[in-house]
Amino acid sequence: MMRLIRILLRPFSKFFEFHARTHYRAERHSMALTIGIIIAAGVGGFVEIAPLFTIDETVEADPHMRVYTPLEQAGRDIYIREGCYACHSQMIRTLRDEVERYGPYSLAVESKYDHPMLWGSKRTGPDLARLGDKYSDDWQVRHLVNPRDLVPESVMPQYAFLLDRRLETDSLPGRLAALRAVGVPYTDEMIASASADAAGQANPLTSAADGVTERYGDATAVRTFDGRPDRVTEMDALVAYLQILGKLTDLPAQIQPVAEE
Amino acid sequence: MMSKLTVQERTGAMMISALVGLSGLLMAAAGHNDAMGAHGWIVMAFAAVMFFIVAGKLDMPEPAEDRAASYYDDPTRVGIVIALVWAVVGMFMGVWVAAQLAWPDLRFDAAWSSFGRLRPVHTSGVIFGFGGNALIATSFHIMQRTSRARMPNQVLPWFVLMGYNLFCIVAASGYVMGVTQSKEYAEPEWYADLWLVVVWVAYFVLYIRTLARRNEPHIYVANWYYLAFILVVAVLHIVNNLAVPASFMGAKSYSAFAGVQDAMTQWWYGHNAVAFFLTSGFLGMLYYFLPKRAERPIYSYRLSILSFWGIVFFYIWAGSHHLHYTALPHWVQTLGMTFSVMLLVPSWASAGNALMTLNGAWHKVRDDATLRFMMVAAVFYGLSTFEGSFMAIRPVNGLSHYTDWTVGHVHAGAMGWVALISFGSIYALAPVLWRRETMYSWKAVEWHFWLALAGTVIYVFAMWNSGITQGLMWRTYTESGTLSYSFVDTLVAMHPYYVARAFGGLLFLIGAAIGFWNVIMTIRHVPRRVPELDYPTSSEALEPAVPAAE
Repeated sequence: MMRLIRILLRPFSKFFEFHARTHYRAERHSMALTIGIIIAAGVGGFVEIAPLFTIDETVEADPHMRVYTPLEQAGRDIYIREGCYACHSQMIRTLRDEVERYGPYSLAVESKYDHPMLWGSKRTGPDLARLGDKYSDDWQVRHLVNPRDLVPESVMPQYAFLLDRRLETDSLPGRLAALRAVGVPYTDEMIASASADAAGQANPLTSAADGVTERYGDATAVRTFDGRPDRVTEMDALVAYLQILGKLTDLPAQIQPVAEE
Repeated sequence: MMSKLTVQERTGAMMISALVGLSGLLMAAAGHNDAMGAHGWIVMAFAAVMFFIVAGKLDMPEPAEDRAASYYDDPTRVGIVIALVWAVVGMFMGVWVAAQLAWPDLRFDAAWSSFGRLRPVHTSGVIFGFGGNALIATSFHIMQRTSRARMPNQVLPWFVLMGYNLFCIVAASGYVMGVTQSKEYAEPEWYADLWLVVVWVAYFVLYIRTLARRNEPHIYVANWYYLAFILVVAVLHIVNNLAVPASFMGAKSYSAFAGVQDAMTQWWYGHNAVAFFLTSGFLGMLYYFLPKRAERPIYSYRLSILSFWGIVFFYIWAGSHHLHYTALPHWVQTLGMTFSVMLLVPSWASAGNALMTLNGAWHKVRDDATLRFMMVAAVFYGLSTFEGSFMAIRPVNGLSHYTDWTVGHVHAGAMGWVALISFGSIYALAPVLWRRETMYSWKAVEWHFWLALAGTVIYVFAMWNSGITQGLMWRTYTESGTLSYSFVDTLVAMHPYYVARAFGGLLFLIGAAIGFWNVIMTIRHVPRRVPELDYPTSSEALEPAVPAAE
């Protein structure tokens, strides 16, 4: 065994010898080590990450991809705040069983406006990438209030408090402006009317509701998501977000998915 | 402790505390409508405690001792105790969240006690609280010994240690209030991230200045690893946390990256947090305390060079194996897989180097639980790096990803390798550090060892079973070609493993609590003894800082 290793390593021995000698000198200089470490550790990250910003094929082109409405973005921020990503992924892989269980596999363009992405790393609960419109608003609200009322075996925490918390909408213009700064194409008008739009999307009978469809498209869902028309709650925002998951573009359905074996 | 600081240094420390308190006041004022305001109060309280601890001792006489004649160990002592406190807190949170997955109603009727908010308290508590403090404290010890030189400054190490703990406190308290960026292991928001950059630059300056004062021509291996830990973590932290705050009056910020680029950046960070936080620095610990305790020189100097540069160069490429079969371009996935497999060579070179070092000292491993902690840590390091390379292979990852197998793998590394090497090092270090004859109770060290080992094995086996079972259930088809199991079916199958996992974690927590108690009792009740030759000397004099090769 040791002989085999020796024979295999022989061609490299000159290199090792050289490396060890150079190192013996270099390790007397802390700055030589510092620079060496930064260079050695810099190469991989640069080669793998930088091209993702420059190669056009990385993200599919889709002119119809829409941005999140202020209410949906507020819901997304609540999803992040509560740490939902710790148990739910939003990334359907190109595997047959996943496509059959959850729907067409996820495309890069679908999370193009997700700052940050919420692809997740663990499925203690199911994937949510195509959750939108899979269940009614009422189901979502009741499930969030107490998951075990609807799914007795569930281990998900209860989020009943979302129903009692009025949604904070004053900061929404600032949030949309920050998102525009990092690349989401919100217009000045969208930013200026963000607070009113958030309230309007959850109150179809008010005048503010018209502005939402005007700015974000006729297909935008304008409803009282939490079933209470009297006020806009955090539940409204979260359910609005859950109902848009996978529905920002219909590109995945157009590209007929061919799953890998 | 304060008597070792000059009056000028005490005043300096008070001014730094006052400045930190002032920034806390600004945060509290600007963010009064937001969780940032609460953080401002926490920062102010922390700074006030620091300020008054020093102010209370301001009148003490100037120190009379000759500084060049001894090492500066006070920050190391405090750092070790803080690390153990974080260990108990972080592991308790781990047991709690693990129990919530088995019994979901084991929580309070309050938003802060949900799994989603507590899980990062556990991960940050053990990685950054326990691991980070153990790394900082041991690095202070090792950099002075292997350089045969005292630190250049007495305020800077306190700034690094306390500043770092302020970051940890802001992070953990933020999660329960819902302040998070959602980036795993990089959850703290923009102001905490900025503060950590300041602390980290100070840490680097302290390290490099101590090395510059060394009385030894060569820089010892352990220091290479600590240097890599400090440098690369700085780069990772800064790039992955680039974000635009929604307002300077609140905590919320949005990542500079989106979608696929963000995913790659996040896992470039995430995997190298494993590499440079949870591996590199702890290898530094291993390369110092293992040969020291075994009283044997490192088996091969060349192997340590090879494995060091292999780890630094290969690890960085491996992050994309977290994104197999996703929307990440195929070429990046393939690169990540290839380098992950190659990574096995330098990883096993390190593990092998450690175990070969023990040749001729195996009887000590049998008799001495402290050395056994280090030996078993090296074994787990070898096992989990093998498992990691295996799981990075695309089809294997297709089964393991999103399941508990990943969780089991992480804990084989975190409990079996990181925590065991830390505990072994702490037991080796504590008597030297506090100038004590021995540990208070060797029996307690034995108990800790066996509880930790049993806990790790139970945990890892439970997660292997649950992960592989669930992964297979997800892809099982009936004869008519439809999926056999609903998601809930697979969740129900997890219950017994989740119970077993919580039990394994509980054993590990009890072990850590015993360790904490043992260290405190050592400080309080064991008679004093000053070890020989534990002071700065020139390299020609006396014996080497670590056992030399024959």
